[in-house]
Amino acid sequence: MNAAKIVVLALQPAVVVVSAPLMTGVVRKVQARLEGRVGAPVVQPWRDLRKLWRKERIAPEHSSWLFAVTPLVLVASCIVIAIIAPVLTLAGPMSRAGDLFTVVSLFLVATVFLALAGLDPGTAFGGMGSSREMTIAALAEPTLLVAIFALSSRVASTNLSEIVHATLDQPRTVLSVQSVFALVALAIATIAECARLPVDNPRTHLELTMVHEAMVLEYAGPDLALIELAASLRLALFGVLLANLFVPWGIARGVAVGAVAVALVALLLKLAVLAVALGVFETFTPKVRLFRVPELLALSFVVAFLAVIAAVFL
Amino acid sequence: MNLPAALFAAAAVLALVASVGAVVLPERSRVVFTGCITSVMGCAVTAAGVAALSGRSVDVVWSQILPLAGVQLHLDALGGWFLTTTGIVLVFCAIYGIGYSEHAVASRTFQATFPLFGFSMVIVLVASSITTFLFAWELMALSSLLLVLVEHRNGPEVRRAGTWYAVMTHFGFIAVLIAFCILSTHAHGESFAALQAGASHMSEAWRSVVFVLAVVGFGSKAGMVPLHVWLPRAHPEAPSHVSALMSGAMVKVGIYGLIRVGIVLLGPGPSWWGMALLGLGAASALFGILHALVETDLKVLLAYSTTENIGLILIGIGASLMLTSDGHPALGAALMAAALLHVLNHAVFKALLFLGAGSAIKASGTRNLDEMGGLLRRMPATGACFAVGALAIIGLPPLNGFVSEWLLLQGLVHAGVSGSTAITIAMPLAVAAVALTTGLAAATFVKALGTGFLALPRSQGADLARETRPTMVVAMTAAAAACGVLGLLPAVVAVGVSHAVTITAAGQRSTLSVGTGFVQLAAIQGAISPALLALALLGAVVGVLAFWRATGAALTRRRAENWACGRSLQTARMEYTATSFAEPLQRVFDDVLRPSLDVEVTHATESRWYLETVRYRSRVRDSVEQYLFLPTFAFVRRVGESARALHNGSVRRYLAYGFVALCVVLIAAR
Repeated sequence: MNAAKIVVLALQPAVVVVSAPLMTGVVRKVQARLEGRVGAPVVQPWRDLRKLWRKERIAPEHSSWLFAVTPLVLVASCIVIAIIAPVLTLAGPMSRAGDLFTVVSLFLVATVFLALAGLDPGTAFGGMGSSREMTIAALAEPTLLVAIFALSSRVASTNLSEIVHATLDQPRTVLSVQSVFALVALAIATIAECARLPVDNPRTHLELTMVHEAMVLEYAGPDLALIELAASLRLALFGVLLANLFVPWGIARGVAVGAVAVALVALLLKLAVLAVALGVFETFTPKVRLFRVPELLALSFVVAFLAVIAAVFL
Repeated sequence: MNLPAALFAAAAVLALVASVGAVVLPERSRVVFTGCITSVMGCAVTAAGVAALSGRSVDVVWSQILPLAGVQLHLDALGGWFLTTTGIVLVFCAIYGIGYSEHAVASRTFQATFPLFGFSMVIVLVASSITTFLFAWELMALSSLLLVLVEHRNGPEVRRAGTWYAVMTHFGFIAVLIAFCILSTHAHGESFAALQAGASHMSEAWRSVVFVLAVVGFGSKAGMVPLHVWLPRAHPEAPSHVSALMSGAMVKVGIYGLIRVGIVLLGPGPSWWGMALLGLGAASALFGILHALVETDLKVLLAYSTTENIGLILIGIGASLMLTSDGHPALGAALMAAALLHVLNHAVFKALLFLGAGSAIKASGTRNLDEMGGLLRRMPATGACFAVGALAIIGLPPLNGFVSEWLLLQGLVHAGVSGSTAITIAMPLAVAAVALTTGLAAATFVKALGTGFLALPRSQGADLARETRPTMVVAMTAAAAACGVLGLLPAVVAVGVSHAVTITAAGQRSTLSVGTGFVQLAAIQGAISPALLALALLGAVVGVLAFWRATGAALTRRRAENWACGRSLQTARMEYTATSFAEPLQRVFDDVLRPSLDVEVTHATESRWYLETVRYRSRVRDSVEQYLFLPTFAFVRRVGESARALHNGSVRRYLAYGFVALCVVLIAAR
């Protein structure tokens, strides 16, 4: 493994970690402006993290070691995804160590640990959040995997780099029916997996509506900082995957300095566009009832299935 | 005598020694002696399996042992794979049994039967003639029945569980018997080699009949829907290491029988065989996991989860058959390899979970998850092992469940790309079924671990729970370590899987690549490296911790009360229970689960607008049992009742029956 590859190995997660809270900041800024407020600066999530990082570390009295390791596992699983996924380049040194199924499984690792940590302190809030989170995660899983099926059927491989390679070689496939259906299905699943509106409201602390926030209620200080970072990392990583699977242009094929620099700029632009789109979408979308979420996910599953059928028969 | 044969003979001797020792020795040394010898026997069985997997096969014929037919044994790689699985589980369960056995479980009967049960599974796996196979099969059924019934003094539930198990297992036996009868009419002799030769001359219709009978017969042993009903009854009532052995090993012997008779002996069949197995597999997986999800009895939950995993294995086998008959033998072999790998992985983590559940139940005195809680802090080793098992069964990297699930999904995805129309429609649905199963399994085991082992104890028993005995912890730790090794380095079993697949798929070999740390199948592009993933995860954790230290953020934790909306009281009554955790998903799937609701309201005497008490009861019953088995039993009972008119006690009438029957037989036989 040469030096350039080692640099890429560290650069990909570094880029995602730095930009993820900024992406969250952009979403909030857009929402504030659309609501007629000035809004906090884009770097505010980073400032919040810095503030939390300096605070005392408090744990609930009855919690076990699972509660303590969960923030680490969450961030670590996101970093590993940033290492295997084609964030900047298709020639990442670890790109063969995992594929799309692995990425989904790593996201599931984070979901499972967070749900366990929600149950650990023994509060009603935490259990409520965990129960709802696992309900949504269980129902989103078929959409994710069937959408992967649709994406991989074109190249007969689930390897991310190979899929992106194929898209770069044949740009017209992006506008094919299967691709559009897969994009819609994955977008809905992303919203569910990242706890965004209309599935979950990241801005609320009302027990009737919250899912993700209910699970993390007992976290404080540096632990909470890691949890918050992991939440924005999750959003950013889903954004990276959506962007590079469906609009891969700009991504580097090798590890040349110039190409990677171009890829970095392109990636930040794509994430910014996604953040603005998400901000606008969330401003105009009301939260749906928890028991309407399965209908939404069933819709996304049907769309994903149509994508597979289109991939095979069209 | 070559190595597998020598090891097999050693296992036979050890089983005999363990049984005899159990009968002869006094209670205190009995448990230790039997446990130790049985675990050594498990090692011998594993070693025999591994030796057979390396490609050496053995044939033994003893014509003196059984009357008329004699004993015919043949050990090949397929048997070796299942032998390895059985042996590993047997080692864990035997060591665990040393600490676990008390009261009835320490009795002569139990201790003498346990090694025999283990060895009867071994004979089934190496039997190569109809008589030997059926003899061992029946021995396995009866010895396991005895083990299930050992605590029959605990209540009528145990005896009822025994009845269900006995009836279902004999129903399966009859199906298998008929299948063998049909096979043998077309063959010269009763050895499996003769049957295989004869099956190639059979008509398609007869072969299909045999296949269906094999699926029914072996499926009932494997716990396939709709023949799974004995599993959630027998497992909770049996001692935990017996449940572990049954769920980890015996159920897999059912899968072995299905592969041996339905695939190897019958040879290639029409594509609907595969389609049917795939459908049954998907139904088992989804039905099993949905019931596991809403179940609050920890052992019943694990039993339903066995049905789910058998479903995943059947999906792999079914898809493999479909692809082989469609002209893609390499992909078929890959899917078979995925199924076989899942057999081993499930054996390891399910044994681990049952053993962990056994410890938790013994320590807390309840099987009900709603009454557990807080066990991870009270029994740290058991809790940690159970956590490993739960994470492995969900299929999370870098544990072993992930590897086989990944292979299965890869096989299905590639099959969908290259097959015929039926396959291209079936495969995405199969992927969706696997995905939903995975998602629901995640919810189920978050529930089991989260409400059983985390949070506050919800009963006094759970509050007073203490760590279990060292031998039990050793057994669970070994099983947890096996989950880790099989997850990180699946290459250790890759050659074995390839050899086993060779036998099932008419010489088609699936090569899991070995050595580089990557998992890969020959027919499939794409690879993963669980070891590299684990390394990356570890590196990321270390990196975050290093950053933590470097920035000087607080590392020591202050314990504080939970936030309770400003009030400062928190009791275990307030936390989520297993029932409430599963409630949203139960509501989503209420069409399938059909929960029954009882609300009893007692009004106050003064006014009907005031309520004295409200009782709310929600139950989920197994709808297969409710709508298939109970009506069938009722029908059989009705037929039996009406048949009573035939025997009114008159001897003349009975003689007339005999005469008529004789005439009918004579006319029919002419």
